[in-house]
Amino acid sequence: MDIAQRVQDLAPSGIRAFFDLVLNMKDVISLGVGEPDFVTPWHIREKAVFSLEKGLTSYTSNKGMPELRREISHFLKRRHGLSYDSEEQILITVGVSEALDLAARAILNPHDRVLVPEPAYVSYAPVVELAGGRAVYLPTEVENDFKLTAREINQAAIQKKAKALMLNYPANPTGASYTKEELKEIARVVKRHNLIVLSDEIYDELTYDFEHTPLSSLAGMKERVIYLNGFSKAYAMTGFRIGYACGPSQIIAAMTKIHQYTMLCAPITGQIAAMEALRGGFKSIAEMKREYLRRRRFVVEALNAIGLPCHNPAGAFYVFPSIKSTGQRSLDFARDLLQKKKVALVPGVAFGKSGEGYVRISYASNYENLKEAVVRLAGYLGKAYTIDEKEL
Amino acid sequence: MDEILEILAKDARISPAEIAKLTGRTRASVQKAIRQYERNGTIVQYKAVINRDLIHPPQSFVRALIEVSIAPQKDVGFDSIAERIYSFPEVVSCSLVSGTYDLLVVVEGENIQTVSDFIASKLAPLENVRQTTTHFLLKTYKEGGQILKKTQNRKRLNISY
Repeated sequence: MDIAQRVQDLAPSGIRAFFDLVLNMKDVISLGVGEPDFVTPWHIREKAVFSLEKGLTSYTSNKGMPELRREISHFLKRRHGLSYDSEEQILITVGVSEALDLAARAILNPHDRVLVPEPAYVSYAPVVELAGGRAVYLPTEVENDFKLTAREINQAAIQKKAKALMLNYPANPTGASYTKEELKEIARVVKRHNLIVLSDEIYDELTYDFEHTPLSSLAGMKERVIYLNGFSKAYAMTGFRIGYACGPSQIIAAMTKIHQYTMLCAPITGQIAAMEALRGGFKSIAEMKREYLRRRRFVVEALNAIGLPCHNPAGAFYVFPSIKSTGQRSLDFARDLLQKKKVALVPGVAFGKSGEGYVRISYASNYENLKEAVVRLAGYLGKAYTIDEKEL
Repeated sequence: MDEILEILAKDARISPAEIAKLTGRTRASVQKAIRQYERNGTIVQYKAVINRDLIHPPQSFVRALIEVSIAPQKDVGFDSIAERIYSFPEVVSCSLVSGTYDLLVVVEGENIQTVSDFIASKLAPLENVRQTTTHFLLKTYKEGGQILKKTQNRKRLNISY
């Protein structure tokens, strides 16, 4: 049976095999999970359960339930001063994943170039390629906390005649994020080259050291940014599969056109849960964020202490330490660590060539697990991790 | 609430050194703060919350909620009457409440008979106690903020992007 060439050209099989190994292992302490360890707050689950009991199980409007779109519009106005019309400029999607796919397919003509940072979330390049576009990688450096600079974007835009820029902040896997000033610099270059920006801000609420600024809130940006966000990370609603895209009416209409044929609508239960999240979720976000911050402090300090240089990530729940001191390639390191110590993490190379020499460690796990994982990691490196001058 | 208290309220076994790492403070300052809290009574006690229903062999144990109506008299406020009541070791909790009665008292004992005897012979006859209404606790679902039922271990996928 013939598989389409463009599908054959995707994702390296080495990583897939490693993932399968981890998924089938028992009693693994995992530092490799890309979703919150918190369960969705009860008031949100309760609304979802109740809606099922009431028999709300049908299709919704393609664009998503109007009440949800209105809630999102109000929320964005309150939280960020953003004005998106709930009828024409907001689309409810099956997770940010679908919004990303729709955006790429809506704006890219064959061979259109999209600037994609590296290391970056695994979906960006494949989604661009599947839509017929070409991903142009912009490597980022640890010296700059893995942030893109306006200069790099400018150069690449000129050299590669790019149509669009893929931005993700706070980022998976590096936790990198940008201050308002840094975003203004990027915005200047984006406008100069008339780029469209796909801005994945799913981790926005998990920004620890400064206030998060949506790119589309800057002057002259709303007309060229497709703002992507959702509920998975801030409200621990990964399985509900609800995200949204906000943007210029033309683009949202194009995305909706595709969405109505391919997905029809996002799950009704998820949409109802999302409404409840917006209406009452703020207290639980604050608590989760405080907990993540504590873990970030612990993990960054611990990794540096055991000899894995690790910068302090601005947001999300990942750290991206260097394993260059071990001389191992990241996939070999990950496999060996898994087999010898039953600790799982994601090799940096999974996120692009610039990720080689690094590993992604997720701190979306309770403190006891993180402690145990660090102790085992230290053991693997032939070090001892101590708190209180006492070996744990 | 101070982060130190937030952390200890959830798990009292976390050491000052660990709290220091979680909060970005020095161990010395964390220890100093904890000592202060213990001294001034902000931290009352460190204890494990135990689900009695799961102890083997099963221990005889009964808890009762008692609504106590007081007849306050001149010079004898609620506080001193409450003190007479909560001084009994059988009384595990005592609060002044708004509504149709005055004190909500929780009593623990080996069985219904023991608890009834206590109420009849020690509690109800107290001067100023006008009336008591006793409710025996049949089943406890949640205690001190903790759900007692062993929840299913929700497993996330071991690894995901």
